[in-house]
Amino acid sequence: MPSPAAPLKNDLVGEIAAQALWIRRRSFQMVYEAQQGHPGGDFSATDVLATLYFGVMHYDPKSPRDPKRDRFVMSKGHCTGAFYSVLARAGYFPEADLSTYMEPLSKLNGHPNRNYLPGVETNTGPLGHGLPVAIGIAIAGQIDNADFRTFVLTGDGELQEGSNWESALTAAHRKLENLTLIIDRNRLQQGARTEETASLDPLDDKWRAFGWHVEVVDGHDYGQLLDVLSASPKGRGKPLCVIANTFKGKGVSFMHDNVAWHHGVPSKEQYEQAMRELV
Amino acid sequence: MSAAAPSTSGLFDCRDSFAATIEALAEADPHIVTVVSDSVGSSKLGGFKKKFPERMVNVGIAEQTLVAVGAGLANGGKVPFVSAASCFITGRALEQVKADIAYSNVNVKLIGQSSGVAYGELGPTHHSIEDLAWLRLFNNLKLIVPADPWQTAEAIKAVAAYDGPAFVRVSRMAVPALDRPEGAVFEIGKAETLVEGSDATIIANGTMVHRAVAAANALAAEGISARVVNMATVNPLDEAAIAAAAETGAIVTVEEHSVRGGLGGAVAEVVISTNPVPMRILGFPGFVPTGSAAWLFDHFGLNEAGIADAVRQTIARKK
Repeated sequence: MPSPAAPLKNDLVGEIAAQALWIRRRSFQMVYEAQQGHPGGDFSATDVLATLYFGVMHYDPKSPRDPKRDRFVMSKGHCTGAFYSVLARAGYFPEADLSTYMEPLSKLNGHPNRNYLPGVETNTGPLGHGLPVAIGIAIAGQIDNADFRTFVLTGDGELQEGSNWESALTAAHRKLENLTLIIDRNRLQQGARTEETASLDPLDDKWRAFGWHVEVVDGHDYGQLLDVLSASPKGRGKPLCVIANTFKGKGVSFMHDNVAWHHGVPSKEQYEQAMRELV
Repeated sequence: MSAAAPSTSGLFDCRDSFAATIEALAEADPHIVTVVSDSVGSSKLGGFKKKFPERMVNVGIAEQTLVAVGAGLANGGKVPFVSAASCFITGRALEQVKADIAYSNVNVKLIGQSSGVAYGELGPTHHSIEDLAWLRLFNNLKLIVPADPWQTAEAIKAVAAYDGPAFVRVSRMAVPALDRPEGAVFEIGKAETLVEGSDATIIANGTMVHRAVAAANALAAEGISARVVNMATVNPLDEAAIAAAAETGAIVTVEEHSVRGGLGGAVAEVVISTNPVPMRILGFPGFVPTGSAAWLFDHFGLNEAGIADAVRQTIARKK
């Protein structure tokens, strides 16, 4: 991947934006055709995913278990519309397979399975699983003094699971600078706002208190995401937590910041309107 | 590995056999690492820590992280042996065992230490008599309950050589080394017949095996020929050995576990679907009262006399 220097960075931002648009359109088509899914979270996470896969990570989709690959763990495993779309776009499997989403015997289960699809590192779905597994991957890299990086994307409501916080201690204790946690901070969980359910703020202070280096960015700004995710972790001495401020349903007017779209599915009219807006 | 060699005298703590074996394996294979949750001493891994400090990951008292980190280490190319008290590595981290280890089908070895009622007087919070029932549901998770130091060592070697998820239930209860023919081998999924017999079959594992052998010897003195099968692997079951046991017309299972859903339940599922014969499942009925492990075994008839009684009663139920 090119380093995000000035003129190149503009090219890269344009490329990532184009991929993100494709992912939003394709994932919403998947949800519409399957009449199931989690499109609100797909859309809040899309720009982070596109930035990672088309601007930051080193990987070869033809060699998905290459020991040297950067790893990405999709802890918010319910957002498979966006995750499968980015994997297909990155070349892990044919884009045509996306049309089988949630069909009987499809490799595209509602939650990702590493034994079905290349590019999936661990099976997720229950919340609070991705971070501790990613920490184990990062520890393996640390033991071997390997160069690969490990990225994990969690939701924000997901941080109400205690497993995140017990593993956060381990990551900081071991100074896992090769580990990057990205929090999709869309402020909405399944049924309500996080701050109306079990408050997370001040979230940045919590992670700092746990011994992490924290960056807060606009999770829909490719330039900001590139800057914090591409920076070399060498010598930081701490794991990195990127709080990506996002909006559930980002990109479609009637879904924007609307909790109803956590696992809402579109009607024909809504689908067509969304496609008119996602251009 | 003296603790791993067959012996005919003395009693052994199988954790010593586990520790000696994992240290020897780690010498030969740099991929082997251990993962603990402040459970170095209780897992007898002090020697491993001294020899391979950079290959022991201690996550602190955090069993969900313990198991998940094991899955991550496997992703990073390691062969992790994840070791903690059986009651916590199963009950506290059950969803991690399900999703991160079994369903993800990763090369992680879970070691449930001090299983059963080994922590006797500490009570049911620290007993692990539910672990087999919980873990047996994960169809691809190999599940092994060794009976003595030799079989513990062989089980550890076997799961290290196997590319996939496994759980080995290690006891801290003193057990004798079982008598075996020269050249005995351990294979995952294969039961071993320790005493031949034709009137009934006792199927046992773990700390109950030597008691089953004692019961069979006592029954022989009164003319009852009871076979003893050591069913160390609970998943996958040796269905051929169970079919052969059903041919004797009466089956008694014995385990240091609840009577609900463990070895007895597993055997019964096969028996009822193939060749139903009278069966009796010996174990603990549920949460047990205060008492030492030895007292609990006697109180619930998990001893020579109790097993022999159960065999006589089950033979009496033959049609």
